[in-house]
This record gives sequence, structure tokens and C-alpha cells, in this order.
Amino acid sequence: MALPTLVSLRRQLTAGEISSADLIDGLTSSIESRNPEIGAYLSHEADAAREAAEKVDLSLPLGGVPIGIKDNINVLGQPCTCASRYLEKGYRSPYEATVIQRLRAAGAIPFGRLNLDEFAMGSSTENSALGKTVNPHDPERIPGGSSGGSAAAVAADLAYAALGSDTGGSIRQPASHCGVVGLKPSYGRVSRYGLVAFASSLDQIGPLTRSVEDAALMLQVIAGHDTADSTSLDVEVPDYLSDLHKGVDGMKLGLPKEYFGEGIDPAVRECVERSIKRLEDAGAEIIDISLPHTEFAVATYYIIAPAEASSNLARFDGIRYGHRNKETDDLLDLYKRSREEGFGPEVKRRILLGTYVLSSGYYDAYYSRAQKVRTLIRKDFEDAFTKVDAIVSPVAPTPARKFGENSEDPLQEYLSDIYTIAANLAGICAVSVPAGTVTSDSGSELPVGLQILGPHLGESSLLRIAKAAELD
Amino acid sequence: MATDHIDVRYVAGLARLELTDAECETFQPQLDAILKYAETLGSLDVDGIEPTAHPVPVYDVMREDKPGQSLPVEAVLANAPDQAQGQIRVPKVIAEA
Repeated sequence: MALPTLVSLRRQLTAGEISSADLIDGLTSSIESRNPEIGAYLSHEADAAREAAEKVDLSLPLGGVPIGIKDNINVLGQPCTCASRYLEKGYRSPYEATVIQRLRAAGAIPFGRLNLDEFAMGSSTENSALGKTVNPHDPERIPGGSSGGSAAAVAADLAYAALGSDTGGSIRQPASHCGVVGLKPSYGRVSRYGLVAFASSLDQIGPLTRSVEDAALMLQVIAGHDTADSTSLDVEVPDYLSDLHKGVDGMKLGLPKEYFGEGIDPAVRECVERSIKRLEDAGAEIIDISLPHTEFAVATYYIIAPAEASSNLARFDGIRYGHRNKETDDLLDLYKRSREEGFGPEVKRRILLGTYVLSSGYYDAYYSRAQKVRTLIRKDFEDAFTKVDAIVSPVAPTPARKFGENSEDPLQEYLSDIYTIAANLAGICAVSVPAGTVTSDSGSELPVGLQILGPHLGESSLLRIAKAAELD
Repeated sequence: MATDHIDVRYVAGLARLELTDAECETFQPQLDAILKYAETLGSLDVDGIEPTAHPVPVYDVMREDKPGQSLPVEAVLANAPDQAQGQIRVPKVIAEA
């Protein structure tokens, strides 16, 4: 049975038609019967959630609502595996991420740990060391990634809504592939305290939901300044729900020519164009724009993100938590073997790449240059937003691909991130909204998302446009 | 830009990764291809462009210098692979004289 949106679920809860404990029981039984085929959850602890459900305050904005959590966000006392062998056994979070504290303060119940590419590195969830997640629309295909478990859980009616993280498209691309809404807030809008860091100048936490209104509701709860994250901005959080239904009449939407060129699947392009046409019919003015440095975004990202990752993942050294190789009494050997045994191939690749571009003699040629190109990419968006309120584009060049297709060719896989990574490099906000479906060669209907990109801290109008683009 | 081949074994040492020979063989051409692709950035003129380390202009954030609660020692030690006497146990780091 299809699950309701958070908004209608809240109505049922406050009317007393259903209890929070019923929701936990319902999800537990769905997970037990259907997670073995979908693979969205890595673990779930019904007892703790049920206990929380008995004590919820239904008057709060998310009172009584269970929310699925990507397994790289710390929830006190729960595992946080990051889908890695390194953290698989024994690790329990000794503290709670700020977003989780905020969810709880709003009455929500964090429930279940959702699969991801190991340490959020990937676009397919195939890099999880701990399990396979399939696309609920076609089990032969990937759910996208890295928040593949979050997107699949919402799409498969195994979660009402979920949190994910987005470093280069990791919320938006799986949302697009699974047919749900996925929002990457602006850099600094949501605290990352308690999110296991991948690339700190790019990472943001955001919601995956069944409707745009639900995404607005979730953002309202998790956004805001936090002294525990020095990059979180001390800027007032607007009311994201008040303007949501005001439509797009008179708004200017930019159509970047670089996002509709070579490499895009014609069926995806058509689907996205239909969605843009609907916005035009609703009164938006569509304006052709250019983001001239788009073709350099993938190269820039795959220097900067691995560089930051190689530094962030240095903390996994076999000493304080996680896996330790116990067959050596030499400290250097302990580091090397613990990391060798704990990390999967994609994580190793990125650590190597990042270490290389930061190493003596190559720093200027790669890392320093990439940071300068990042400025040019940022400026492309700044210029565009002087002319338009938001930018519309595809999320990914193709619908969800089959498993294993890029397993020997990481560069090919990286290139599929072309439309999503610039938003992270520029720090702006972006959302994926279901735009329709395309038919695969095996006859399955594969969801396609429309991406809307807005200026930094422009979530209010971003969500308003997303609401207007939403299918009935 | 820089070089034709990445020395995977050397870089793995810097990154504190053991790596098997098979892994080195797999990673070598993959990393070479990625770095070759990254050379496209060399075609841009970046003279005089300020680098972006961070997408928002927030610098030198200081907190108030007030003592606060830290995590309980037991909670932190519970995650340690090896511990004794309220501390994390590691292999000997100072060689015998």
C-alpha cells in the first residue's frame, strides 16, 4: 500500500486515526517482508523507535513521524557504518548529529539506517560494502547514489521520508532515479555536525521525500545555525511553507544550453523539456542562458572532492574506532593494514587520487588550479542569477542504468555526475522533482527528475518552483 | 600538466594504504585515465583568479571560550578496538634502547 505524505500523515496522527507506535510497527513489518528484495535498509532497531513513539508530542511539526536516516549520520547509540567494512562491526555513535537533535526536537523519530555508497563515494550505491540496493521501479537497475538507500526506501514505501547527504548529487540523482523529491540545501544552511565528512567544502545534508511540501517541512526543521559546525551560517531561516503555493507566474527560469547538449539520452531530454513546458504554461518565462565552464566541472570536482576525502579519511587509522588489524605490533603497519582491510576499491581510488593531487610537486598543477576553476564555475552561476530566478535542467544524462555497467571504468561513472556537481562547487541550492518516466528496453517505466537550481540561500523560491513543477 | 603515470605504490605509502599488487595493477590505468582527463583544466587561463577553498565567505569562526561537557570517556572507549586502564591501547611507538 502506498504510504501517505508527511503532511497527510500528520493529519491522521493529530486526528487520532493512527498512532506513532502503529507507524513503527507498520514500517517494521514492511521492512521485514520487503527489505530483503529492495535492500534499502542496512539495519533498524524497532524497540528504541517504539519507545520514542510512546512519548512523542503530537503538537510538534513532525510529531510522531518516523524518518529514515542515511547510514553516515550519527544517531546516539546506533550503528553508523557508512556502508564500510571499516565501521561495520562494533561502532555505536557516542553522540548525535545536529540534524537528528533537530528532528527529535520537532517530534520526529529517527528510524532505520539506510544504505549508501561506501562513505558516500559513488553514484549507484554499488560501492556499498554491506549490501545491494535495487531500484524499486526495476530491480535490474541501480537506485542511484550515494543516498540510494534513502531514495529507494521512500520510493518503495519503506519510509515516509529520509535524510541523505549530497556532495556532488548524492541526494538529487537517486531521487531522480527513484522518482522522489530530493533537496540539496545551500552550503551553510544545514549543520553537518555528526555527518561523517567526505568533502567538507561540498557536503550538505538534505531530505528525500514523496512531495515538495514534505521537503519544505523537513528543511524547516533541520535548517539553521549551529555553533558545532563553523560553516553553518548565522542567517535567519525563512518560513519555507508560506510561499510554497504561490506559483511561478512572472518568474524567470534559465535554460543552460550546456545542460542539454551532447551525451543526454533523448528520452530524458524530452521528459525534462515537457516539465519545463508545464512551468512555462504556468506563467514562468524561460530564458536561454550559458554556464560556460560546465565542461570543466567534472574534472574540478574529481580533484577537489578526493583531495578533501583523502584528508578527512585519515581519521580512520585503526586506533580509536572501527577496524584494526591485530596481526602486527608495528604502528605504521597497523595503519596501513587496517585501512587496506577496511576500505573498498572506490574509497581507495579516491584516497589515492586525493593524496596524489595534494602531494609535493603536483599541488599547483592540480589542486590549486582546480580551486581557481571552481571560482569560475561559481561566477557562472552568480552571473546567471542576475538574469534569472532559477535554472532548470536534467539531473542525470540517462535514467537509472543497469548494475555493473561502469564497474571497470570509474571515469565513465564520474562523467555521469555532470549536471549535479556544479551546484556543490558553487554552494548553491538545488532540488530534483519527478518529471515523468521513460520506458526502458525491457519495458519498465523509469523515473526522470527535473533539476531546479537556485541562488545561495534561495530555497524559498526554489521550493515554490518545484511545487509548480510537481506532477499531480 | 604533470606526469604520464602515477606511481601508485608510492602514493599508497603516503596515504597509509597497504595495497596488494593486484590492486596496484587495477588502479594504475584507472587513475592515469582520470588524471589525464583532469588535464583539460590546463586549457583554461586562471591567471589572477582567486582560488575558492570554500563556497561561502565565512572565516575564522571562534566560539566563546567557555568550558563545556565533553563526551563521557566510557562512551568513547566503547568504540576503541583495544583499551586498558581507561585508555586506548596501541602498539609500542618508542623503540627499545
